[in-house]
Amino acid sequence: MPQQLLVNIEQTFAVILFGIGFTLLLLHRNLLKKIIGLNIMDTAVFLFLTSMGFISGREPPIVTNGITDASLYINPVPSGLVLTGIVVAVSFTALMLALTIRLYRRYRTLDIDRITLLARKEVN
Amino acid sequence: MSLVQNFPFFSIFLCIFGGVVTSVLNKKAARRVTLCISAIVFLMSATVWHYTLSATGSYSFMMGHFPAPFGNEIRIGRLEAVMATLFSFIMFMTLLSGLFNLDNHAQPQKQNLFFVMVDLSLAALLVMLYTNDLFTAYVFIEIMTIASCALIMVRQNGHTLVSATRYMIMNLLASGITLLGISMLYGITGHLLMPQLKQAVSVIHQRGLYSVPLTVVVLLLTVGLSIKSALFPFHSWAPDAYGNAPPVSAAILSGLVSKGYIFLLIKIFYRVIGMDVVRSQHILEVLFVFGIAGMLIGSVSAVRQRDIRRMVAYSSVAQIGYVFMGIGMGTAAGTAAALFHMVAHAAAKPVLFISSAALTDASGDHKRFHFLHGAGYRCKAAGVSFSITAMSMVGIPLTAGFISKVRLSLAGMVLPDAYRFAVLFTLAISTLLNAVYFLHTVVSVYRKASPEAQQAVPCPLHPMTLQSKVSLVILALLTLILGVLSGPVMQSIFAGLRSFS
Repeated sequence: MPQQLLVNIEQTFAVILFGIGFTLLLLHRNLLKKIIGLNIMDTAVFLFLTSMGFISGREPPIVTNGITDASLYINPVPSGLVLTGIVVAVSFTALMLALTIRLYRRYRTLDIDRITLLARKEVN
Repeated sequence: MSLVQNFPFFSIFLCIFGGVVTSVLNKKAARRVTLCISAIVFLMSATVWHYTLSATGSYSFMMGHFPAPFGNEIRIGRLEAVMATLFSFIMFMTLLSGLFNLDNHAQPQKQNLFFVMVDLSLAALLVMLYTNDLFTAYVFIEIMTIASCALIMVRQNGHTLVSATRYMIMNLLASGITLLGISMLYGITGHLLMPQLKQAVSVIHQRGLYSVPLTVVVLLLTVGLSIKSALFPFHSWAPDAYGNAPPVSAAILSGLVSKGYIFLLIKIFYRVIGMDVVRSQHILEVLFVFGIAGMLIGSVSAVRQRDIRRMVAYSSVAQIGYVFMGIGMGTAAGTAAALFHMVAHAAAKPVLFISSAALTDASGDHKRFHFLHGAGYRCKAAGVSFSITAMSMVGIPLTAGFISKVRLSLAGMVLPDAYRFAVLFTLAISTLLNAVYFLHTVVSVYRKASPEAQQAVPCPLHPMTLQSKVSLVILALLTLILGVLSGPVMQSIFAGLRSFS
């Protein structure tokens, strides 16, 4: 088992990073750190995907010098998935930041627990 | 290829196009465009349903110019078509009936953005029904999440912002988990299209390879999608989000958006992993237990609410529990009953949210029950439709809720003893609890208010228009129609499920 973890060292680290990001997003009270956690989590998945598609000694999947032999390039699908994932992660980050700005303007704090308490005191 | 076969693609494309166009229109035009689009999508989906009934089985539709193992596909069968037809009809009727008091909740000059989100969530819902590609499903899960978060935060007060943030955090966790699950599955199999994935998974399973990663994949996908659909232990975001969002958003979120995720989960179980593999991993048992717990705890929490909107919101948690109990049975009959319950709940819940909003509007914006006395007389259409759908939630005969409960108990009858007992016992208890809180609400809505209280009630700022009254009653009648004529829907569900495996 430890040997397998060493062979797939990128995936091992990706899963550890995923755990770190997940815990930050779930448990941290500061909204900004939650957003950082979200980004760590997404980046971990991207590392996981890219490392899976990478074959050592091959070229990036962009046709160079007119060579179309597929065996000279790495698998392009995971890279495509990562690009899509980056777009999704950016839009999530933007939305969360917008929400955070609004909450901060209203309550002057970034602590989600305090915000919840303050909101409860408000009349609906 | 006949023209009808293109309709699913057209309807998805039309919704996305509508989302782009409405962003630059004014409020009125955006509203018209969105209503037109959902009506057209309904007509096209109905045509597709009719076509799949006459055609033999299902067909897949290539998106773009790359054939099967590389390109992107959607798949159209009877089950997808019947779901798309009913969901788009419900969306159309919800919009027609629920928009009358949007001005109370959202700034008029920004309301076109609300319609952008409605269009995008309908597009995402359709893609989740039709897609044959797991990664496309992921992308549209995210689009759905962003759209539904924006649907909650159109209302700009503190409560709504906090619930939107909590909704977003839970959904982001779920998205991350789902994405990791899909990536791992891709790592094991090397495919993203569902038929190829299923082939690869069954080969892997037969050879006994990757048994731990495969279990982890199923676990990640199940947990991710059940967080998003507010299954019991992960439901903490739901009551706040549904209770604080504008009523029409709550109706769309609870009625339609959560159903999209569950349908995708069923699709993954049947068309990607394969039910026999899922059964061998004992995840269905967990879903069954969570479903039962959700039915009980959701209903108990709903009984304890003193606020009509939050009561309806907690009742959603209980209804999602019914659906997951059906899936957790692991039989075709159980899943079919769960699918029918999804339809029944999708038809009833928007009416409940919108009519309860109309009732509270007619009682001076008070949500507590003792202010609602006599509201059923002040706003008759809302009172009648609330009563009809409340009957359906309780499971009175002639309503859709009755049929789904009968189907669930029939599916439970053939299971081993412990399961059968659990299913029947929980159904009985939960029906009783539903009756307690829904009939209590109906009674208090129709109780005569004292004359001085009656005089003190101010007129609502935005009373229901005739259009919204009529469409609300039509949507409420849909639960009766589904209850009386459940045959064709049920047949399509069964035929579609057979073609899934």
